[in-house]
Amino acid sequence: MMCIEETNLHESREDMESLVLDDSSNGQSHSGAKLILNHDDPLLSSSSSFMDPQNPNSNSLSILSSHASFNAFLDPPSYAEAIFTSFDSSSNGHDQIPLFSSSNSNPRSPDYLQISVSDPQKEQELSNSLVPGGTTYYTYLITTRTNLPEFGGSGSEFSVRRRFKDVVTLSDRLSESYRGFFIPLRPDKSVVESQVMAKQEFVEQRRVSLEKYLRRLAAHPVIRRSEELRVFLEAKGKLPLPKSVDVASRVIDGAARLPRQLLGEEAIDVNEAAQPAKGGRDLLRMFRELKQAVSNDWSSVKPVVVEEDKWFLEKKEKLMEFEQELSNVSQQAESLVKAQQDMGETMGELGLVFVKLTKFETEEAVFDSQRERAGDMKNVATAAVKSSRLYRELNGQTVKHLEKLHEYLGIMLAVNNAFSERSSALLTVQTLSSDLASLHLKIEKLEAASAKIFGGDRSRLRRIEELKETVRATEEAKICAEREYERIKENIRSELERHDKERHDDFMSMLRGFVVNQAGYAEKMANVWETLAEETNAYVKDGS
Amino acid sequence: MISTNRTLSGSSQSPRSPSSQPPYLSVSVSDPVKLGNGVQAYISYRVITKTNFPEYQGPEKIVIRRYSDFIWLRDRLFEKYKGIFIPPLPEKSAVEKFRFSAEFIEMRRQALDIFVNRIASHHALQQSEDLRTFLQADEETMERLRAHETSIFKKKPADLMQMFKDVQSKVSDVVLGKEKPVEESDPEYEKLKHYIFELENHLAEAQKHAYRLVKRHRELGQSLSDFGKAVKLLGACEGNSLGRAFSELGAKSETLSVKLQKEAHQLLMNFEEPLKDYVRAVQSVKATITERANAFRRQCELTETIKLKEINLNKLSLIRSDKVGEAEMEYNELKAESEEATRLFESIVRLMNEELVHFQERKTLDMGIAFNEFARGQARLANGIADAWRSLLPKLEACSSS
Repeated sequence: MMCIEETNLHESREDMESLVLDDSSNGQSHSGAKLILNHDDPLLSSSSSFMDPQNPNSNSLSILSSHASFNAFLDPPSYAEAIFTSFDSSSNGHDQIPLFSSSNSNPRSPDYLQISVSDPQKEQELSNSLVPGGTTYYTYLITTRTNLPEFGGSGSEFSVRRRFKDVVTLSDRLSESYRGFFIPLRPDKSVVESQVMAKQEFVEQRRVSLEKYLRRLAAHPVIRRSEELRVFLEAKGKLPLPKSVDVASRVIDGAARLPRQLLGEEAIDVNEAAQPAKGGRDLLRMFRELKQAVSNDWSSVKPVVVEEDKWFLEKKEKLMEFEQELSNVSQQAESLVKAQQDMGETMGELGLVFVKLTKFETEEAVFDSQRERAGDMKNVATAAVKSSRLYRELNGQTVKHLEKLHEYLGIMLAVNNAFSERSSALLTVQTLSSDLASLHLKIEKLEAASAKIFGGDRSRLRRIEELKETVRATEEAKICAEREYERIKENIRSELERHDKERHDDFMSMLRGFVVNQAGYAEKMANVWETLAEETNAYVKDGS
Repeated sequence: MISTNRTLSGSSQSPRSPSSQPPYLSVSVSDPVKLGNGVQAYISYRVITKTNFPEYQGPEKIVIRRYSDFIWLRDRLFEKYKGIFIPPLPEKSAVEKFRFSAEFIEMRRQALDIFVNRIASHHALQQSEDLRTFLQADEETMERLRAHETSIFKKKPADLMQMFKDVQSKVSDVVLGKEKPVEESDPEYEKLKHYIFELENHLAEAQKHAYRLVKRHRELGQSLSDFGKAVKLLGACEGNSLGRAFSELGAKSETLSVKLQKEAHQLLMNFEEPLKDYVRAVQSVKATITERANAFRRQCELTETIKLKEINLNKLSLIRSDKVGEAEMEYNELKAESEEATRLFESIVRLMNEELVHFQERKTLDMGIAFNEFARGQARLANGIADAWRSLLPKLEACSSS
């Protein structure tokens, strides 16, 4: 976020701040705020310069009691302490935390699957392409620690090397096998970004997003046990999953078979028929489905829907509404974070100005009143600088909490996909139904025509037999499609149950974390300002 | 701070009451009212004077004054009381649409009130006849005076700039081939001048950041309000206990937004404005520095001129010219002028030294109060925020367990 600018500001700040913060004569009044931040917080970036080794008084209770008149939080408990403990224990395994943080349970629990992505390396593409010399690509080391039965059962650790294309393959295969499940979305291919960003930055960003993605897969109760994932994580050498075939050859493939289908001579493979037409493999079906889709739109106006479907339609609408509001909240959350950041920055700048003023008045002092003023300004500077740091920390934490919102937006996309699968499965069933209807119609017509000819019409009779064969195959395909449709619906139902509960828990903990965070830091800030108020109280009591 | 070194004149005192009330002069500037139309619209203020000074017409007087009347007063005092740091006036506002905003009007009113009261409590300035005029004259008189004086005494900004540059630069005139302007060679005074100029820069920067801080408070308030609204909508969508939790959070956010806007206003009035006031006060000191430089130059010029006149006079008297009488008269006139100039310069130096002590003390006090207000405001805000969020937690617990 503000890393680069921060370090520069830090450098000039730190020699300025040493003027202000290591004055042990002011120790007592500053120590309260300092001490609380002495806690072992790995998320604190600037802890080193902040801790005062000269401060002898390390008993937090005595510090608090010295401010008893201001500390309303001796009772109830101070959330200033609470924020660190609550955050450490509810860590979600995101970002900067070391290699094997708990993405699900800790290593001692029965079924853990921990994944980390590291060590990007450049490799040469073997030239099966037309371009001489070949292209380069990056591979990443995928390290897994697990005790899941699929991987052997008794805790093991192993690594493989994969490239981004492999991840795309994994994602495609999962999409096919787990239709109806809320499958986490894979990272973007983002070709444009790779040209705009510095190579190193891009590779690092990709490494992070790959890690996030794999950890999400590992967190999904069904997907983590999938064969596809296991193979991806375990199989050495080249990834033994069928890659997505490029569209061009598929189209050519499909086109070649077209004439025979038109003539109705091709036997239909039952399983193939049950799949929705993919990537041009079955152009004819695609055309038909398009026509069906159009007629479906119209038919959706009519109350043809079964009670069950109503449930799905209602659910879908609610989810869309939820997604809309969630997106809105996410946007406002970003604005909030920016406003907090700006506040912290401006407070810090104000503090620095007062540091400079303090130095100036001290150096140029002719009158005692100037020295006194310099002392006051130093106190103001201290308070402002501390407050600025608190805002920065608060913001760091706020971002972590509100990130959940963003994650759920991603989950909503996965939900959307699942509902789309249901729709296309339904479309397949309806296409096959309408196929059957038209086939029966054709048979009827032929039978009627044939009946008029004495002794039968051999060619027509032959045709009728062929059509009846097609009907049987289509009926089997339809049964398959119906089964698939039901299966998908069931997946969605169980996923929704799981998702609802998880969403409830996740958001409650997010809200709680956010609120505790805000309260805790507000308390600390109040402490800082109350100190300054005390230091300058004399002016008010004097009157003028 | 009312001066106690002024005694009531004996004749009005009854022998039976040895000391009547101590002398007081207190003024208030209030009730801003918009008058006039369009481009000529302006704000008028009610100025109420309460006093027992014998020179005044009575114990209480109310007059209506506008901003340019205050400028008149300031300019008159500046002319008459050289050496004294005249209390500063708030700026003219350049931005048209801001001119009549409630916030601006209130800030200006506050600053004008402080301005007049500082004059009224200054042991020398409170004696000023112009002050009496300002506080008592009817509006027509005021208008006449205002129109007349501004044409003579109005200093253009360019002139002021030139004066300041003269005070600071030593080299440029030599480079340009002009005569080097005469300047005092007092090292302590040099140090003071340097201090004042540097101080203004520092304070201006502090004021700038204070103003930014006010804006940040407003921005944070706004974003909390927007966030709260969005969260409430999400809560409505969610339904059940989580929905309630969201709604509570949203409501809290909106409450805090109000607190932030309030604190932004407090910050503006009680922290940023005093800093601005400090900057203005330093600028007033700079104006006095300029006056001192002018007085010094005049004194030097006259001294030079007298020397020449003296030589001339001696020459004339040696040759027994009949121009001696005239020359002697001129010489005596000049001598008187020179003595006057020296007296003026010396009084400026003396006054400045006195004023400086008081200035530094006063500023330490003013800033101390401002810092205290700043701290209290921020503490109040932070505690309010902490309380608000803390009160939400038990509700969240209730929601999560249901």
